[in-house]
Amino acid sequence: MNKNLFFIVAGLLFAAGVALALSRSLLTGVPLIPGKKNDVWLVEARVDFTAHGGPVKVSLDIPVTPPGFVIYHEQTTSPGYGFSFVKERHDRRGEWAVRYARGPQTLYYKGQFIPDRQASPAQTKLATPKKSVEKVYWDEPLAMASGEILRNATRHSSDTPSLTRELIRELSRADNPDAKLILAAFPMHEALKRLLLQSGLHSRIALGLRLEDARRNQSLEAFVEVFDPKKKSWLLYDPKSGRLSLDENLLMWHQDGPSLIDVEGGTGAEVRFSMIHQSVPALQLAKRQQADSLFDIFSVHQLPVEEQSMFKLLLLLPIGALVVVFMRILVGLKTSGTFMPVLIALAFLQTSLIPGFVSFVSIVFIGLLLRNYLSSLNLLMVARISTIIVIVIFIIGVLSLVGYHLGFNTGMTVTFFPIIIIAWTIERMSILWEEEGAREVLVQGGGSLLVAVLAYLFMSSQLLGHLFFHFPELNLSVIALLLLMGQYTGYKLTELRRFRSMELR
Amino acid sequence: MIRLLRPSRLKEAGILGMNRRNLHYIGRYNRRSLYPLVDDKLQTKLLAEKYGMPTPAMLRHLTAQHEVAAIGPWLHTLGGFAIKPAKGSGGKGILVITSREGDRFVKASGESLGLEDIERHLSNILAGLYSLGGSPDTAIIETLITIDPRFEGYSHEGIPDIRIIIFQGYPVMAMMRLATHASDGKANLHQGALGLGIDISSGACLDAIYQNERILHHPDTHRPLRDIDLPEWHNILMLAARCYEMTGLGYIGTDIVIDRDRGPLLLELNARPGLSIQAANGRGLLPRLHAVEARAEVYRPPEERVAWAREQFRAQ
Repeated sequence: MNKNLFFIVAGLLFAAGVALALSRSLLTGVPLIPGKKNDVWLVEARVDFTAHGGPVKVSLDIPVTPPGFVIYHEQTTSPGYGFSFVKERHDRRGEWAVRYARGPQTLYYKGQFIPDRQASPAQTKLATPKKSVEKVYWDEPLAMASGEILRNATRHSSDTPSLTRELIRELSRADNPDAKLILAAFPMHEALKRLLLQSGLHSRIALGLRLEDARRNQSLEAFVEVFDPKKKSWLLYDPKSGRLSLDENLLMWHQDGPSLIDVEGGTGAEVRFSMIHQSVPALQLAKRQQADSLFDIFSVHQLPVEEQSMFKLLLLLPIGALVVVFMRILVGLKTSGTFMPVLIALAFLQTSLIPGFVSFVSIVFIGLLLRNYLSSLNLLMVARISTIIVIVIFIIGVLSLVGYHLGFNTGMTVTFFPIIIIAWTIERMSILWEEEGAREVLVQGGGSLLVAVLAYLFMSSQLLGHLFFHFPELNLSVIALLLLMGQYTGYKLTELRRFRSMELR
Repeated sequence: MIRLLRPSRLKEAGILGMNRRNLHYIGRYNRRSLYPLVDDKLQTKLLAEKYGMPTPAMLRHLTAQHEVAAIGPWLHTLGGFAIKPAKGSGGKGILVITSREGDRFVKASGESLGLEDIERHLSNILAGLYSLGGSPDTAIIETLITIDPRFEGYSHEGIPDIRIIIFQGYPVMAMMRLATHASDGKANLHQGALGLGIDISSGACLDAIYQNERILHHPDTHRPLRDIDLPEWHNILMLAARCYEMTGLGYIGTDIVIDRDRGPLLLELNARPGLSIQAANGRGLLPRLHAVEARAEVYRPPEERVAWAREQFRAQ
């Protein structure tokens, strides 16, 4: 191939990547450097149900001013359905409707929630309840029990918060037969709500979502809210711990209104939540509401949150590959398996560096010892490697258990290591040991780990992560760099040492 | 402290680096489809026979497991022999039996093996234990090579072999590889073998490299290395140069051994020859490769190529 043409193509590719990234930055306002950022939780609610074959109306409670959060941008995806927000008193509901639907249906709602530090999530200033407190009716043995608990709690309390605390304590006591009786008939939050109502206080069930990065298939947790007539506000309680829930990672999804979800014309409705933690610059948030530009259409952000969390990881791979190519072609480091280091680096991203490093080395080391025994059994290769895979799973299991019992969290994250890759690594290392000796094993193993750690350092860099996630077109530049390195015919760094005997001449 | 050379020093010396070798020489001059000719020793052997090149005589080759069971009586009729995997690399899986001791087979190291050990080794070869990627392989049984008395005391438990780089049919650089105690009878430099640069022009020894350092004496036997005398140098060069016509590969390493009785024999070919030969010679390959590239536009027969190379690539 013509040399000049090659350089022109590579140069154009590189320039195209940078230029596209720059213009995307200018047009959409995403800065190139992760500057001042707001924490944003991108939450996706997924409604699944089965339509009966007729008109369908789905109504989902969607928070409008969840305590402690502000909603910035929201959108719905639901092919064929009409969508609208319906305002109700202090709340609103999202309504999907379609003339005809049959079979399994999936609807999405996606919203960006920004924590608002001013508002305390535990006290919500929703309007005072107008209605009188609703009456509760207990069946006969429960009525006695509830009366007893309420009396005890009232005796030990002075105001609404202390009464609620006492009630939760009474209900949680394992040696209280009355509590047992009630909890056999009602779940904890329901029992607490009924007792509070019985004591003449306004009380209701609220549903909240615990926000954790890159979680999928989460459901809502039940909380109890009680209206404090003195402070004229609703207080939120976690029926499990008894404390006011002050957690700032708690998003209250459903507080008021009749129900979380209603489906007409379908059954088996279920709401599941996915979420991802983003750091979106203030500037971008401000521009979010503007009309979609061409860049917005070709953006990872258009994908459902589930896929986005995967892409966040995938878009780090080119950085890792770049590091490997650099280390092998320009530095000349020996690694066992070409791209094994990148996969190890990916695993390090999940486990964090030091624990991941330690557990990886110990897994491979234990595996090598056991593999030594296997080689004396004279097995055929495929069977041998399969055996190693099973052994690796055992080692990981044992390490997780040991770690768990010692109180290390890392035991669990060890499972992120690519098992097949580890098995192959052990096999290769073992053969290398037999054929070339332990020194070569150290050289190649050390080389692989060094490349993996370097790749990890680059892949975990905030700046690079930000650039590659928000500007995927930068990968064109990566390709250009790879092409150029693929044409490098100069010396590797290690060759400067390998031919050191030339110096004396 | 790690001692590094300046790249300019390597460039000055004309050292060929791994990247340039892969891209400019192997990638450009070796056609992928021709690789099997050299990666499979059986094919190389058959091809060499067709071209009338002397190789260690093949007694037999085994391709199926059932042949292994029946081989016992035949093996007992032999004195010494060598078993090799056809697709092995780096000397892996080679078993050399030098003599017999009753029913036992004695290895070069003096260790003796029973028939069942030999059979297991053959089975392992057939199963692909030593082949690249573990694909099923062929086992080759060859006659033993007798070490030339001139090399006695220079090689530890192994026969010295001569590696010559043949570029477009021209011998461009040569070295002799001597096994040492550290290399455990193997002849690869990175495994601890000793590399001895050889002047293309005269066949005289130039320089010796052992574990990346220059030495003058054999580390095990302490014999001075400069005294090694290579017989039949012209025939060796001719044998190596003719491999170009035989394989069609433009950049190869030829491995040649000298048998006491039969003279130079072609042992095997390598389509990705290593770069340490430059250290053993104390000079880089690049100037010689450029010189050949400038001349190789026109095809010339092996005699002319060898004559030109011997004239051109003089050590001084």
